[in-house]
Amino acid sequence: MSDIRERITRRIAQELKDGEVVNLGIGMPTMVADYISDDIDITLQTENGFVGVGPTPPEGEEDPDIVNAGGQPVTIKDGGACFDSATSFTIIRGGHLDTTVLGALQVDEKGNLANWMIPGKLVPGMGGAMDLTVGAKQVIVATTHTTKKGDPKILKECDLPLTAAGEVDMIVTELAVIKITDKGLFLTEIAEGTSVEEVKARTGAKLKVSTDLKTFK
Amino acid sequence: MAKLVNKDKIKSLFADEQSLMVGGFIESGVPAELIKILLDSGARDLTLIANDTGFDDKTFGQLVVEKRLKKAIVSHIGTNRETGKQMNAGELEVELTPQGTLIEQIRAGGAGLGGILTQTGIGTTVAEDQRIIEVDGEDYILARPLQADIALVKAWKADKKGNLIYRYAARNFNPIVATAADIVIVEADEILEVGEIDSNQVMTPGLFVDYILEK
Repeated sequence: MSDIRERITRRIAQELKDGEVVNLGIGMPTMVADYISDDIDITLQTENGFVGVGPTPPEGEEDPDIVNAGGQPVTIKDGGACFDSATSFTIIRGGHLDTTVLGALQVDEKGNLANWMIPGKLVPGMGGAMDLTVGAKQVIVATTHTTKKGDPKILKECDLPLTAAGEVDMIVTELAVIKITDKGLFLTEIAEGTSVEEVKARTGAKLKVSTDLKTFK
Repeated sequence: MAKLVNKDKIKSLFADEQSLMVGGFIESGVPAELIKILLDSGARDLTLIANDTGFDDKTFGQLVVEKRLKKAIVSHIGTNRETGKQMNAGELEVELTPQGTLIEQIRAGGAGLGGILTQTGIGTTVAEDQRIIEVDGEDYILARPLQADIALVKAWKADKKGNLIYRYAARNFNPIVATAADIVIVEADEILEVGEIDSNQVMTPGLFVDYILEK
C-alpha cells in the first residue's frame, strides 16, 4: 500500500509547475509535497488559513497554532502568510489556486467527483472539498484504481452523492494516468508492469487510449 | 465601557436556545475557556455555527457530548463521532455546509449583506431546496447571511479596548465570527494595556468586541 501511495503521489508531483499555488487534500494527497522537485517553487495553501506549508516538525516541536486542514502539525516556511478563513476561500474560489489534489470514493467520465459521504454509513461532511473542486483551476484526483474489494472507483457515472459536477481534470492511480476531456476518459500513461488490458478491466468506464501512450514508474 | 470581565459575568450572558458562533478549526484557535464557562452555565438547546464540532474527547466537542446543542451548522463532523451518532438518532439537527460558503455566510451576516452567490455545491445535494440565481448565464446558489446571539472568539493578544491579534493558523474563523453576533466575547492568551498593540498590527478592531475574559 505504501508503494502504491508513493507511486501515485510521486507521479502527481510531476504535474505541478513552477510558481503554482497548490492545495493538497487530507490523507494521500498530502504526500505529494514529499516529491515536489527542488527545481520548482510551489506555494502550498491550506484552507484553514495560510500559505507556505512546510514539512512536519520534529517530535516535540509541534505548535498547536500551526496545523494543516486535517489538524496535523506542520510548519510555515519563510515567506509564508497567515489569514482568516474568508481570505482562504477567496484564494480558493476566486481563481487564485492553480491546482488541488483530492482523494476520491468515486470519479466518473464526466469529471464528477464523489468523496464526501456514503449515505447511511459515513457522513463526515464536505469541509472545504466542494469549494476546492469548484474553485481550483486544475483538479487532480489521487486514488487507488479500485476499492479494497476490487470494485472500480472510476465509473461511467458516480452513484454516491457528488462533491462537484464536471470539475475533475485528471486521475492518477497506481495503474494509470487518465485525463478527462469533453470526449470522455483518455488513458495517457500506464504504470510499469501493467497493461492496457488490465487497466481497462479494472475501470468501470470506457477508456480511449492515447496514440502516444507512455509508462510511469 | 469596561470590556474586561470575570467568569461570572460571562456565565450570566448565556441562556437556553441561543445561537452561538464559535471560532476555531478542529482544535486550533478554539476558545476553550469560554466553552468551559458555557458548559458550566447549563445553557442548552443551543444552535452552534462553527467550522466543525471538534473532538468528542476535548473541550469544544463536549457541547455535543453533553447534549447542549439542538442544531449545528458546520462543514465537518468527522472528528467527533458523537455528532454523527446524535444526528443519526434524530437528537441533533446537523446542517452540513461547504466551508467556503459557511464563512461567506457569516461574513455576509457581519457585513450587512443580503447573502452571497456561489457556484460551490451546484450539481450536488447541497443545491437542493436552495434558490438558484442565474448571472450572465451561470447558475449560483444563494447562500443567506448568518448571524448569532453570541460569538466566542480566541485571540492571541487583546488590548483592553478589544483590539485583537491572532496567531498563525489559529486565526481561521475567529475574526469573521467576531463581526456577526450581537454579543462578542473574547478569550486571549495575553491581555495588554491600550496602546500596547500597534495600530498597524490589529486584525480585529476593538469596536466589534463587547467582553474580554480576564486572566
